[in-house]
Amino acid sequence: MIEIKDIYKTFGDNEVLKGISAIFKPGKNNLIIGGSGSGKTTLLKCIVGLHDPTKGDVIFDGENFTDMDFEQRVPIRTRIGMLFQNSALFDSMTVEENIMFPLNLFTKQTKAEKLDRANFCLERVNLTGKNKLYPAELSGGMKKRVGIARAISMQPKYLFVDEPNSGLDPKTSILIDELINELTEEYSITTVVVTHDMNSVMGIGDHILFLHQGKKWWEGSNKEIAHTDNQELNDFVFASKFMQAAKAKL
Amino acid sequence: MFHSLGKYILLLRLSFRRPEKFSVYWAEVMREMVSVGVGSLGIIAIISVFIGAVATIQTAFQLVSDFIPKTIVGGITRDSTILEFSPTISALVLAGRVGSSMASQIGTMRVTEQIDALEIMGVNAPGYLISPKIIAGVTMIPLLVIVSVILGLCGGYIACAASNDVSTADYVTGLTDGFNPVIVTVCAVKAIFFGFIITSICSYQGFYTDGGSLEVGQSATRGVVWSCIMILFVDLIISRLLL
Ligand SMILES: Nc1ncnc2c1ncn2[C@@H]1O[C@H](COP(=O)(O)OP(=O)(O)O)[C@@H](O)[C@H]1O
Ligand SMILES: [Mg+2]
Repeated sequence: MIEIKDIYKTFGDNEVLKGISAIFKPGKNNLIIGGSGSGKTTLLKCIVGLHDPTKGDVIFDGENFTDMDFEQRVPIRTRIGMLFQNSALFDSMTVEENIMFPLNLFTKQTKAEKLDRANFCLERVNLTGKNKLYPAELSGGMKKRVGIARAISMQPKYLFVDEPNSGLDPKTSILIDELINELTEEYSITTVVVTHDMNSVMGIGDHILFLHQGKKWWEGSNKEIAHTDNQELNDFVFASKFMQAAKAKL
Repeated sequence: MFHSLGKYILLLRLSFRRPEKFSVYWAEVMREMVSVGVGSLGIIAIISVFIGAVATIQTAFQLVSDFIPKTIVGGITRDSTILEFSPTISALVLAGRVGSSMASQIGTMRVTEQIDALEIMGVNAPGYLISPKIIAGVTMIPLLVIVSVILGLCGGYIACAASNDVSTADYVTGLTDGFNPVIVTVCAVKAIFFGFIITSICSYQGFYTDGGSLEVGQSATRGVVWSCIMILFVDLIISRLLL
């Protein structure tokens, strides 16, 4: 479980986050949605410690992450998996080396064990046998899947995903969503996904935070979102004619 | 300016924190050493021969007098090659070859979030990325300078053989006459400092890249320019202090 308490983040005199609190439960897909520039990525980076919040606390299973220094954070960090918007694979390493990288640094496993784990992770994301390819040789969707494989190699308790669907075709996009959903349920991971893809929201949104003007504007599940009378949320979710038509049928 | 200096020193301190695992870092050090050392051997060999040859020809040209023994040409070539030409010109060339590639490599990792990915995993990113480069720099660049000195002196020999101003016998005698070992120390000290300057400044510029591919290019340029300025500045200081 991750708890965030009253998070503020200011860049210069640009106040991006203005007091956001929430609880993210294990085994659930927690979604952060909001318009472009609403501070979704900033919130995610504050949670994982890539940004220090100007004010507020992030608590991982009772441990206050914000107060810790670099070394104290390492044990929690090794339990965090993250999939970046552009996958952020290490491009000097092969697929297999990418996945084995955290194992090399943080475990005492033998080479064979690490290779087993890498193969298992690759199988899990449907990329069996792609071990020796370099990131430059992969398509966008494959990169995302390798990114997921790397994120789960250390058996994370927490999984963070920034815009998993950007730059993917709708079909691949749904496959990635399903994969994230399966992993979350199977290993009871606390998953936080930043997205503005409405298919994901409707498909896997167990718990949704809607950010607007730096605040938590609305919170609920994908079942509730269709019946909301919150004006800004309605404008955001049902912006397209297609979504309006879909809503009319509900 | 002072702000940048502070950030640079802080980054260096972070770089030399205890590694998560020595074997992984060691592999990186080896990879960087090969890349710096073997990768730059060709260019260093070529420029050194030319520099040595030119230094000899110029010295011979300036000393056209029957009262000065021809052997002095060898001595002057030796001193200027070891003291200044080999370490300094090699360092300037290496700033362009090694430094710019380090800055753009780290800068690319920054803008594509690979550095964020390292930090998320709990890896000390400056340590993993920068310390192997600095270690490779302060070990391999002095070795390259030694190669450069040897080839520079060979270049002088070739210049003597190809013309009849100075005989090769006079040149070789001159090389050994009145040799003061302190110049070798100065040369080594310079090379070690230059290796540190190139790798640390270029890594710093790359690490704090902000933006996209355009900024990566700018970081590399800034890294090279600052390295060159600092190389010449430190060159002056060391020459002043040690000679
Ligand atoms: N490193 C940064 N420095 C300064 N401003 C930033 C930085 N990162 C984000 N911002 C600002 O914060 C706001 C929110 O950005 P972001 O979190 O990336 O939005 P989103 O991911 O929701 O599209 C934007 O106005 C952006 O300009
Ligand atoms: Mg974003």
